Amino acid sequence: MSNIGSYEKRLENFDWSIAEKELDYKNGDNINIGWYCSDRICEMGKANKPALIWEGLGGVEKQYTFNDIRLRSNTIASFLKDLGIKNEDRVCLFMDKIPELYIGFVGVLKLGAVAQPLFSAFGDESLHVRLDNAQTTAIVTQRKHVSKVRKILDQMPYVKHIILVDYDGSKPLREREVAFNMDEAKQVENFESFPTKAESPSVLHYTSGTTGQPKGVKHVHYSLISQYLTSKWVLDLQDDDIYWCTADPGWVTGTSYGIIGPWSLGITQCVLDTGFSAESWYKFIEKRKITMWYSAPTAIRSLMKAGDEIIKQYDLSSLRHLASVGEPLNAEAVIWSEKVFGKAFLDTYWQTETGSMMLTNYPGMKIKPGSMGKPFPGITATVLDTKTFEPITETGKPGLIGFKPGWPAMMRTYWRNEETYQKKFENGWYLPGDRAYIDIDGYYWFIGRDDDVINTGGHLISPFEVESALLEHEAVAESAVVAKPDEVNMEVVKAFVTLKPGFEANDDLELKIMNFIRKKLSPLAMPQEIEYRDSLPKTRSGKIMRRVLHAQEWGEEIGDISTLEDD
Amino acid sequence: MENMKEIILEYVIEEYCDEENDDVTFDTPLISGGIVDSFSMVSLKRFLENKYKISIPDADASPEAFDTVNKIEVLVKRFQ
Repeated sequence: MSNIGSYEKRLENFDWSIAEKELDYKNGDNINIGWYCSDRICEMGKANKPALIWEGLGGVEKQYTFNDIRLRSNTIASFLKDLGIKNEDRVCLFMDKIPELYIGFVGVLKLGAVAQPLFSAFGDESLHVRLDNAQTTAIVTQRKHVSKVRKILDQMPYVKHIILVDYDGSKPLREREVAFNMDEAKQVENFESFPTKAESPSVLHYTSGTTGQPKGVKHVHYSLISQYLTSKWVLDLQDDDIYWCTADPGWVTGTSYGIIGPWSLGITQCVLDTGFSAESWYKFIEKRKITMWYSAPTAIRSLMKAGDEIIKQYDLSSLRHLASVGEPLNAEAVIWSEKVFGKAFLDTYWQTETGSMMLTNYPGMKIKPGSMGKPFPGITATVLDTKTFEPITETGKPGLIGFKPGWPAMMRTYWRNEETYQKKFENGWYLPGDRAYIDIDGYYWFIGRDDDVINTGGHLISPFEVESALLEHEAVAESAVVAKPDEVNMEVVKAFVTLKPGFEANDDLELKIMNFIRKKLSPLAMPQEIEYRDSLPKTRSGKIMRRVLHAQEWGEEIGDISTLEDD
Repeated sequence: MENMKEIILEYVIEEYCDEENDDVTFDTPLISGGIVDSFSMVSLKRFLENKYKISIPDADASPEAFDTVNKIEVLVKRFQ
């Protein structure tokens, strides 16, 4: 029997107080996610239950019980407190998927500070703009990533501490650096979690838009309510589950459903901190007897590409429930998963700003392969007319997805950017920026983004950010960046550039520019292809017309080009 | 002529490693070891194609085929 039981019945008289009651929370109480994910689970009698089973390269393994999570997060919180870090200070977690990232996240929240996880593959510029916006006080990182921090440290006087979790003493620590070894530190038995309230800031995740710098999405401790309930009803997490969320906590899935959801429910989760290969993933499922697997379409399509034969080499019979997030899950992938695993991946739709699942498929509900499913109980969703922003009543007519604000995990603002936050609303609806239609049975179907943001493997890339970085390359005179269709990642970054005099358009220069962006921003933002042009399409006022290039790339009608400048 | 494996290894260290993780050998797992991610693999593939004047079909550019310098050498030689 699934946790949700009947979706239709859950819609009747739904109230978020269902989750509040289960979490023993009443309006006005303290609510601290860090405490809920550790101390409370221990108090419920699960102190010795495994909380984290971590595997790194070469099969290196570490295991932590919920009591270990409690003690270590106490120790981290206490260490940070002794450094002078206080509630609402931003603490950046800049690490691979190592235990210190997961447990450090819990510790930062217990302290009442704001956890700011950043993807460890970010280059120094991507790192800098995000730390600068957040005015981050401390960065918790590893030796392998500290060089990127050191490179920009002079520009960040607000960063008071750089905490190295794997310092081995082989080289001297530098300015503002301090070593902290989570497993070897004297464990702190008692740490009073900061009395955060529902609206106290908890997590700051960064996301990209069409224009401007990345935006810091501010979440609050009350987000727990919907993260807990969606984990229970959609991921269907049950007490004896062995859960694997493949997302990196540098992104929102990795925190909402890679830490908060499972641990607030007292669920054992596994983490594989190695690169992707079909073999290593299947081996991990077999070895760890994974029962619930939450992954992403890009990974699923990569597994499809690896073929069906390899699956036969592994015993994957432990799997009982599968779900997917990050980008639309194509019907072929759903059908394939049913064929090879005997279960369909249930697509879930949400984003950094929503903090928790919004439109999803549910255990027991009929799946229409390729559909995003239906709104989670308590979520008022619709599709809006693109001009009037009134709900579309006609079945199957495309429009903009809209959500009525007010669910617990909704972002509260963009950090130091309230103006942009306000622009996300029209006619009382929050607009996530995607287009869809609703079919006769109430299922939502994704059509595409409503802006130029590139969704590559579930990660949003701002064309503006890549274009700006391209212009910093000595050879590039002008740049335009668009999405290019991709079989595995749905979209990848493609750049069009014109060169400055004296530079020759050739393959070696293309590679140099690619690597320049990879190191400066991140591998995700690196153009997978660069096309040299003599000129770029522009309006008469000189603005580069991305949509013309986008249409060419996707084989679509170019549309109105009356404003295009003459050659 | 410089040894192909050494050239590739030198490139990998130069482009994908920093001072803290430059102890890469011919057998070090690059993709499954998280040194080169799937997006960065595209730039590594491009390097090999430019350097050795070959074209590696996407279907052959699998994470497994790129996982170590030794394996990459085998792949490059197949298309030379």
